[in-house]
Amino acid sequence: MIMQFNEETFREDYTFHNSDWAINRFPFPFHEDSYMYAVNMEQHRGGPEGSIYEKRFDVDEHYVAEMKDRAMVLSDDPLRCQSLPHMTLAGWDLLELIMVSKSEDYPDLFELHRNGDKWHWINKPLGIEDHFTFLDETTLPYGPMEYITRQTQGDFCVLDQRDDNLWMDAGIVTTQADWSLDFDIGMNFFEWHAPVPLAHEKGIFVRALKFLLNIQQGAPARRLNWTMTVNPLLDTSPENYHKWGVQKTEITPENIGRKQYLRVELQTFFRLPRSNGLVFPIRCYLIAFEDLVKIPKWGRRLHRVIRDLPVELATYKGFIDNRPMMLDYLSEFDDGEPTSDGIWPDRHLE
Amino acid sequence: MSAGTEKIAVTVTDIVKVNDLVTRFKFEPTKGGLLPTFSGGAHTVVEMKDGNITRLNPYSLMSDPWDQSAYTISVRRDDEGRGGSLFMHNSVKVGDQMVVSNPVNLFSLDLRAKKHLMLAGGIGITPFLAQIKQLDRARGNWELHYACRNEALGSYVDYLTSTHPNDVNVYYDDEKQSIDLENLLDGQPLGTHIYVCGPKGMIDWVRGKAAELGWPREAVHYEEFLAPQSGKPFEVKLAVSNKVIQVGEHESLLEAIERAGVDAPYLCRGGACGQCETDVISYDGKFLHRDHWLEDNEHASGKKIMPCVSRFEGKTLVLDR
Repeated sequence: MIMQFNEETFREDYTFHNSDWAINRFPFPFHEDSYMYAVNMEQHRGGPEGSIYEKRFDVDEHYVAEMKDRAMVLSDDPLRCQSLPHMTLAGWDLLELIMVSKSEDYPDLFELHRNGDKWHWINKPLGIEDHFTFLDETTLPYGPMEYITRQTQGDFCVLDQRDDNLWMDAGIVTTQADWSLDFDIGMNFFEWHAPVPLAHEKGIFVRALKFLLNIQQGAPARRLNWTMTVNPLLDTSPENYHKWGVQKTEITPENIGRKQYLRVELQTFFRLPRSNGLVFPIRCYLIAFEDLVKIPKWGRRLHRVIRDLPVELATYKGFIDNRPMMLDYLSEFDDGEPTSDGIWPDRHLE
Repeated sequence: MSAGTEKIAVTVTDIVKVNDLVTRFKFEPTKGGLLPTFSGGAHTVVEMKDGNITRLNPYSLMSDPWDQSAYTISVRRDDEGRGGSLFMHNSVKVGDQMVVSNPVNLFSLDLRAKKHLMLAGGIGITPFLAQIKQLDRARGNWELHYACRNEALGSYVDYLTSTHPNDVNVYYDDEKQSIDLENLLDGQPLGTHIYVCGPKGMIDWVRGKAAELGWPREAVHYEEFLAPQSGKPFEVKLAVSNKVIQVGEHESLLEAIERAGVDAPYLCRGGACGQCETDVISYDGKFLHRDHWLEDNEHASGKKIMPCVSRFEGKTLVLDR
């Protein structure tokens, strides 16, 4: 297919919108009518054609607009992108992984030509063409991690692996669900997960870390995570909470369908071969309630999940105050009928 | 979680006898194209079809990690072993097709180190050969101290001393030369990391001395792959797959599980990585634990076993596999 990129914004006038194509392929995160933390990992090796799982790094209609938003966030706050000195090699690993993946998966959009360490990269949607020397930072306008992630949707945590732990030693984080790279930089896996409720008691993080430490080259993994966001805001950061936190009070029964968004993260995990680091891309997908309920199965199920979610989780995810209004809205789309297993729609929008 | 690691079909394109004990093998991708890059210190698991037995032995990659045209390994012949190294020495010929795993690194460089101090014993030199190539490209600061039996058995001594005369120090046991460890560790700049690969005695000696001198645990890295040892045959019940298997005298428990067609996870196959850790449901007998993954209290508990290197003697053993 020929991809059309939306003209849209994720701030101020919020013109972000999903086409029917984007709604049909939305990564609805609930495979059953309830939700609790689990080590819900699976292999990241493709998926149904056209789904967000199909390619290693999904490119969709929001690509160009998301990259413009990232550039604005970085211009306002350069600390959203940091790389400790020992992580430069992992940055090259990431650049290589993304350039090779995108040029193979989307040959119409991206081209990579390599002659030894002389590389030639063409990014057609963003109008970028650069010649550079692989592993020589002086030949790129940014460090290797920043260069390639200014051209790739999703946040990226580049983790060092040592002492049987993972360390948040580099990353670019501009589309996050209320956490801060600048605060977490240099922390280990248990330290940066300390604020998460209930999961520690369940031993989730000990098992998740063990799984992640053993992710091998050529065998990436993935999971979904989710939260709620008012307005289609990519940058829900602690640094800017004074700007977006107040918007949670603007929800009314009249506007909730178009202002309340389900925010889903496709989290993937790749071993980086040259550095033995691990990269953790966190790709954010947004969908308005009014679009989500167009898929009847999703409307029914979201109502049941939100209704039965433990208070701790609704509080941690930041929507405990608006939960009653959400349930009023969603209950209109729950007729009590049974739902089928799995996340996929029973039928797509035509 | 899938068992083991991704596999690569390769062809043996060169075999070089390095000395009386060590032979080097070069693998190129059978289908053409490029092999994955790796990081210095990584190993690959080589599959050997030895009659009706499939052996899976880990060997450190010694080639340039950035060279995607071929992988090379060096295999030391172990006449007392279960036969993997003998198979490589006696049966593998140029042109043979084999299967190796994607690289796995359990002995990675700490890239924060201001200096990398490498201590090698015998065939333990191989991971350092790849690490040195990686560090040279990044203009890293390193120093190697390499102990071997004598000049004739000093694999790659000539190569190392001719390419890096100022960074390589060689010690021959037969000439009563030995590393002056205490002085060596005492004279290192702050931010130095120690890496040791060699026989168990050498690893214990270096780790012990470093601890005694107050080195942080995180600054001391070691890799010791144990070869599974032979032992008395024993019987095991696999509860999940509902099978009863026999573990042969020259076979590891992990190999016997695989031979029965049961998918079991593994990475290093040498008691180090923890991937094959298996829960014991019940037993009547005694465990012969040989790994260095489980803690002493776990060994004593009778609840866990590492089937890659550990064995069992007794009446019954039931595993959660």
